[in-house]
This record gives sequence, structure tokens and C-alpha cells, in this order.
Amino acid sequence: MNIPTELKYTPSHEWVQFISETTARVGITDYAQEALGDIVFVNLPEIGDTVTAKEAFGDTESVKAVSDLISPLSGQVSAVNEELMDSPEKVNEDCYAAWMIEVSAIEGQEELMDAEAYAAFLKTQE
Amino acid sequence: MELKTPLYEIHLQEQGKMVSFAGYLLPVQYPTGVIQEHLAVRQRCGLFDVSHMGEFVLQGKGALKNLNQLLCNDFTGMVPGQARYSPMLNENGGIVDDLIVYYVKENCYLMVVNAANRMKDLQWIQAHLDQSATVEDHSDAIAQLALQGPLAESILKKLTDESMIPLKYYSGHFEAEVAGIRCLLSRTGYTGERGFELYCAKEDAVSLWQALREAGKEEGLIPCGLGARDTLRLEAAMPLYGHEMSDTITPLEAGLAMFVKMNKPDFIGKQALLEKGEPQRIRVGLKPLGRGIIREECPLLSEGKPAGISTSGTHAPFLGYPVAMALVETRYSTPNTRLMAEVRGRQIEAEVVALPFYKREKK
Repeated sequence: MNIPTELKYTPSHEWVQFISETTARVGITDYAQEALGDIVFVNLPEIGDTVTAKEAFGDTESVKAVSDLISPLSGQVSAVNEELMDSPEKVNEDCYAAWMIEVSAIEGQEELMDAEAYAAFLKTQE
Repeated sequence: MELKTPLYEIHLQEQGKMVSFAGYLLPVQYPTGVIQEHLAVRQRCGLFDVSHMGEFVLQGKGALKNLNQLLCNDFTGMVPGQARYSPMLNENGGIVDDLIVYYVKENCYLMVVNAANRMKDLQWIQAHLDQSATVEDHSDAIAQLALQGPLAESILKKLTDESMIPLKYYSGHFEAEVAGIRCLLSRTGYTGERGFELYCAKEDAVSLWQALREAGKEEGLIPCGLGARDTLRLEAAMPLYGHEMSDTITPLEAGLAMFVKMNKPDFIGKQALLEKGEPQRIRVGLKPLGRGIIREECPLLSEGKPAGISTSGTHAPFLGYPVAMALVETRYSTPNTRLMAEVRGRQIEAEVVALPFYKREKK
């Protein structure tokens, strides 16, 4: 299981990469993409939309199931990875390159884990 | 308690992702994933463990008479090894289960039933047999493998005498030997593709699996799980019990009229079907026009009014777009009719399309 050390993680298996103190990118983890299986749709918000920590900001559909994407952050969507709309399989191929949204004007966040804590958390999920 | 098929250890070796299904631990997929497994069956070949399926033997001098009363298809005039599909109805015309019946020999039939319905079916059949036939459950002694895909036959040819390979769809050989293992080899399946199903003693299942895997290396044979089994049957628009069929859905509503022989003198459910007349709702195909998958039990609307409900839906890997099946009021069943599906709080527009979604090319 690939868990890059420079990222932060949520218990709902999203990763957060802070670009500055108030801007970050969000995607889903290796554990999440593997659990979902072949992803065929990624539904994302639009630039300018507001997202709230611990609330859904979109969803991913795999062949097997649909799953909410939970925002780790409260703020405003400043960029969306449009490529995933047409090529959702990129999430399976490289989930840490396939960021989903960029959130700016961050004004709150849920408690995030570092890589070590997330790895320990995954052990409890088995 | 969860049951294990005779191939449980093999699935672990093949790195299957195990899930509980109808009381059995079975692989939902292997590391290749559902899409690759699905495509393997459409383009090359896939191997499935379907040992969870139930097998009953119905025999006695009144076996045929009882079968024709129990099931709505007609089992007259079958030859050894021949198979016939049928729904089994309750007194209200609803479906107890759908099954495949093989003619073994005079006064002896093999019935293959859905795993989830096995106990219900056995009780139902026992309760409706007269003195001239008996039914026995042999499910725990029998393993079943499905070898499906255009290259299935060339793989089999390496392991068995060509004369043992049935030529016709829905026929089989009870005395076949594949890799030296005695089995029922039948040209049947649940994928919409050419292929075979092999029934053998549970003790032989591992050897048969390994022999097929080895023989299929050149052909690119891969193991396939329940996930691909579902997407394949859905793409081929084959109904699944608990989705397109249930105790309250009639075979006419499920689009299975060709398996209901109303000209038979009698069968359980016939009277109810006669009383109900033309079905008010019918199974259709749906193709979403918006983004997203319409899965099971999504309400369907036409101009805001209820029109029906979806029964199954997925991404169809070979076609490359999502498909769904649904039960809709007959007035909405014409192809190109537009309906709205309620999916997780939003609406997706969908178009009624003719079934099946996918049909293999005849060779």
C-alpha cells in the first residue's frame, strides 16, 4: 500500500496536499482506489463552489459501487481536475497524481493524520 | 457461518478479493479487476467458480409429469444431456426461482438452482411433488466451473476428446472426461458469450481448475469473479433472481414469455397468469443519457409521475457505457421513451432501449 509521507490523510481515505497555508489539493488514497475497484465516473463540484469539512463534495462510481468523496477541508473550490471527467481510470492508475479538487481560502479542516498515523489506522480496518 | 466452495484455497492463491455471497465466500474479483475480467470473457476466455449453485436430482416414474406441473416451460421430448431453462412459479404467478433442467435419462432430471434460493426451492418442490417422484439435494457434493469466452472451446480441446464437446447450445455430456476428470460438460453459461459449464465431484474441483488454467495460458485465460459475472450477464440482459425476478414479479413481466407454455394443460401459476391477462409492466433496457450509473431500485418518472423502478444497473465494460434494466408500465416500454431516474437525490435522464444491450456475433 502506497502512502506518501508528504501528504495528510482522513479516515474516509482522502489525501490532502497543502500548497500553501490556505490552499490544498485533495484526492483519494491507494487504499480507497483499490477498495473501489475500476472507477468509471468521477463527479466533482465546480470552481467557486463551497465545500465543507466532513461533507460530501462529489462522488466516484466504480463498476461495483458508488462512493461519496468527503471533503477534509472547508473553503472554496479554486480548481477541478477536469481530466478525470473523461479519464476516471487515472485514479486507479496513479491516485496521488489524480488530484480531484483544489481548495482555497481554507477556513477549517477535520483532524488529519500523517502517513504514519494513517498506516496505523489502515491496520485497524483489516 | 459462511460456507467455502471446494475452490476456496485456490481463490486465495489467485489473490481473489473474497466477499460473502448467498452464504458462500467467493471472489468478487481477482487482481486484474472487473473490467479486465469482463473483457477477457468477451474477447478471449474467463474461468469462474460457480460451485455455490444448487443441484437437485428429481427422479421417479412420474418425474416428467411432476416437472411439467412444477415448472412453466415444457420438458416433453428431451434427449439425454439436453438442458432447458424455466422459471418456477408460485400460485400467484410470481417467480419462486429460475433454473436449468437437464434430462439425465428416462425418469431422471438434474435441476440447477440459485444458491440463495436452494432451501426455499427444495421445500417448495418437496411440498408439490406427488408420490411418483422424489427430489434430492446433491449441491454439497458437486462443484461447478464456468469456462466462458470465444476461446473456451479451443482450451477444452486440449483436455478432452472432441466428441465430448457438445455442439448445440443448451446441451451437454454427462459422461465427459476433461483432464481425466469425470464431469457433466454442457454448452451453457450466464455471460452472453460462447462457453461451457463443467459439473464435477467436489474432490476433483481443484484439479479441474488447475488443468483448465494451465491449458488456457496461451489463450490468455484468467480467473473471473462475481463482479464480472454480474456485469457480463447485465450487458447480455440476462435476468437475475432477486432483481428482475421475484415472488411478486411474473415471468411475463420479466420478459420471459417464451419460457411459459400456456398451451400445457396445467402448471403451478397458470391460472393466476390467465386471470392477470396482459402484463401491466414489463422489463426494459435503459441507457442513461446523463452522467452516472442507474443501479437497482431507483424510482423512474415520466413527467413527474411514477413510471417504474430500476432492477439492476452497472457500467457495461465491453460497450463502454452504463446500462440498466427496469420494470416499467407498459406504456413507457417503447424504445426511445425518455424517463427520469432518481439516483441519490439527483435525476438522470435515461432512454428505453431494446434488449439485449450486447449480442455476440454468430460465427
